[in-house]
Amino acid sequence: MSSATSNTQAILKEQYDDLPQQREAATFGMWVFLGTEVLLFGGMFLGYTAYRWFYPEAWQHASRHTYYWFGTVNTAVLLTSSLTMALAVSAAQDRPANGSRHGLLRWLLITALLGIAFLGIKLVEYSRDIADRSVPGHGFDVHAYPPADAGPAQLFWSFYWVMTGVHAVHLTVAIGLVLSMVVLTLRNRIWSENDTPVRLTALFWHLVDVIWVFLYPMLYLVGKR
Amino acid sequence: MERKISPSTYLLVYFGLMLLLALTATAAWLPLGPGNTIIAYLVAVAKALLVLIYFMELRISSNLTRLAALGSLVWLILLFSLSLSDFLTRGHTGVPGK
Repeated sequence: MSSATSNTQAILKEQYDDLPQQREAATFGMWVFLGTEVLLFGGMFLGYTAYRWFYPEAWQHASRHTYYWFGTVNTAVLLTSSLTMALAVSAAQDRPANGSRHGLLRWLLITALLGIAFLGIKLVEYSRDIADRSVPGHGFDVHAYPPADAGPAQLFWSFYWVMTGVHAVHLTVAIGLVLSMVVLTLRNRIWSENDTPVRLTALFWHLVDVIWVFLYPMLYLVGKR
Repeated sequence: MERKISPSTYLLVYFGLMLLLALTATAAWLPLGPGNTIIAYLVAVAKALLVLIYFMELRISSNLTRLAALGSLVWLILLFSLSLSDFLTRGHTGVPGK
């Protein structure tokens, strides 16, 4: 009992009354940060929407050149990673101080591996896109499109590269955060009372997932029919 | 505050998410006209809500946290409604450039 009390004192910062208040402040701060992320991607989503409104046919033609199966499998990979991330949070919440950390480590590592798998699949897909000359600019394969659509199709591909690229950067950061949670767990710093680092990492991970959930239909599912 | 979401609930939500993915991935190939876009976005919103409410724990979060989450949505709606009220209505007046 006395060790639990000293644990609590060790993690409670002096500006907070108790652990629930400290946890609440951290969660609130994280959601405010996530709001700035939503608006960062929101600007890109808005640009995409406006240009799709102006050039609906070009959008359909261009989206048919994206790789449906790469996008679909990657969506499944990322949704699965969100499940394992949530299970990691459960494991952290249930872990007594100095209790077994196997479950927590397992879910964290599987989550990181799924994130890396997503990036690997995306890299293979990128190399196909490049081989298809789907990169806007001088090398763009204008002959793959009706003459009127060749210009606007490059706008679609600009959104494709920037949005998936910024998303991949976010996922890379998220993988780094999950791996740092692995280190904290190995140092015995994550348990039921001190699960906030894992919970905040999970919030970021899930947001990256939510953004992809919207990117998937916007980039891969337009104009299939 | 100490409430938790159980792993079995997470599993159920996950199956729901995969079902929605199968639905949207299949529906994209059906000739539904404008319905394709509507289904694609509705499914995306449904998936996002599942992740936000369960995986991101809004279901058991404090009202302050929920307000912060709702705040991003409000700003997003402002961004979209003000901008698209321009882009989506261009040409409606028949006056060139308006």
